[in-house]
Amino acid sequence: MTSLPTPLPGAKKLGLVIDLDTCVGCHACAVNCKEWNASGHSAPLTDSNAYQADPFGVWFNRVHTYEAGEGQGSRTVHFPRSCLHCETPACVTVCPTGASYKRAEDGIVLVDPETCIGCQLCAWACAYGAREFDADDGVMKKCTLCIDRIYNENLPEPERVPACVSTCPASARHFGDFNDPASAVSRLVLERGGYDLMSEMGYQPTNKYLPPRKPAAPAAATPPAETGATSSLLRWLDRALSR
Amino acid sequence: MKPAGSIVFFTTASGAGYGMLFWLGLLSTTHTLPTALWYGLTALIIAGALVTAGLLSSTAHLGNPQRAWRALSQWRSSWLSREGIAALLTYIPACLLALSWLIDPHPAPLTALLAAALAIATVYCTAMIYASLKPIRQWNNTWVAPFYLLAALFTGAICLAAITGFANPAAAATLSEFAMLTGLAAALVKLLYWRHIDTTTSASTVASATGLGHLGTVRSFEAPHSEENYLLKEMGFRIARKHAAKLRAYALLFAFAFPIAILFGVVAGVVPVTLILIAALCALLGMALERWLFFAEATHTVVLFYGRQA
Repeated sequence: MTSLPTPLPGAKKLGLVIDLDTCVGCHACAVNCKEWNASGHSAPLTDSNAYQADPFGVWFNRVHTYEAGEGQGSRTVHFPRSCLHCETPACVTVCPTGASYKRAEDGIVLVDPETCIGCQLCAWACAYGAREFDADDGVMKKCTLCIDRIYNENLPEPERVPACVSTCPASARHFGDFNDPASAVSRLVLERGGYDLMSEMGYQPTNKYLPPRKPAAPAAATPPAETGATSSLLRWLDRALSR
Repeated sequence: MKPAGSIVFFTTASGAGYGMLFWLGLLSTTHTLPTALWYGLTALIIAGALVTAGLLSSTAHLGNPQRAWRALSQWRSSWLSREGIAALLTYIPACLLALSWLIDPHPAPLTALLAAALAIATVYCTAMIYASLKPIRQWNNTWVAPFYLLAALFTGAICLAAITGFANPAAAATLSEFAMLTGLAAALVKLLYWRHIDTTTSASTVASATGLGHLGTVRSFEAPHSEENYLLKEMGFRIARKHAAKLRAYALLFAFAFPIAILFGVVAGVVPVTLILIAALCALLGMALERWLFFAEATHTVVLFYGRQA
């Protein structure tokens, strides 16, 4: 059913918080996502010409890098982009078959590969580019929030998080329940001013982004050397003693 | 947006077919059309062939066309599903119309009007598939649905006029007048549509897409991948502005200017009615070009993440 579900009482709202302050742009999340999903629920994530000219592949996670601001005040910000599991996702409501759906129990947006006809209308409806068509399977594929990890009782409990979260070396990605005000993700959003991407679309993304922190005030300029020493040894001594 | 040949053909051909069906339904109740059996059947078969060829072509765009029947289930939320249902439902009164013509060229008004109404409803659903997509500002505006409807009425009227010309020149002249009026209205709406997309900008920017606007101007420093991916191939299709301007002029000439000039000549009695056939083919060609541009000129918000304008 592609009409949006009425949230069940006590239902979870699972999603990610992505910390743009700590993301180092290493692409490990994107690579681990590809690795996990190429062999799990969404497998195979088709790659064509992987080792030749014009390689082309389906990925659920893409890391952009932006520059913002000018001159001394400018920042380089690494920006992972994946499905935001929106609360009112148009990718679900436009689906003519019911293959694209939002789960009532935890809000995860999924595609049923058995009923998807591959019309690609959902990819057009998503403002964020979260969906990529797998031409080999003829069906649309997307981030599942690693549904085959987070509920997988064969995995030790600490590993029951999305692959991108488990692999992030900078702990820039956090997974949890936004409906629980005491959860780590809810607290992070509250404390750090977590925000929605393209809120003007009205899709109400579940995933939140944490803005880069303000840079520390620049260190005061070192006072000029007092001795007027000309020899390099004396200048070094002066610097060493001034510390 | 990438102009897929299957969809360009579908919306152009089915639009004309549904337009023909609309006029056949409406005008058979007012006794404006010729009553010859061959005329009624030829017109209905050509309308049906245009519609069916278009619908079949649209399934070529699917990754799993054998599952197309599933698209009829989600009419509560999906315009694509509604379009599929409306398209199939239209076959019922259209076939009844053809059957009743075998007996009497004046079919029951209910069947005829139902065929006309469902044909128009199907075209409206097609238009709303595009007009309801918020990330694409060139589609998500008030000009899209009126144009699709007027384009269907115009191409339908001109195709029907072409066939009618072989049966009853007077009736063909009447249809030519309808075609001229709807054609002029369609051209006007298309001009207003182009003015709209040229003078408005996307509500979304790279600043709102990334949420980094508070830091200053946001520029893409490095893309996530070196080669084009699905998103850039499908949603990042680009057409050079100078080509777009030229193609717009060709679309206006072929879809509207030449055909309407011929129709005017027919109505004025200075051009033989058989020339409407040339006008109709010219209009269909021009409309296909317009439909190609409708895709090619459309931009999607996903390109903002790649540092491009939407």
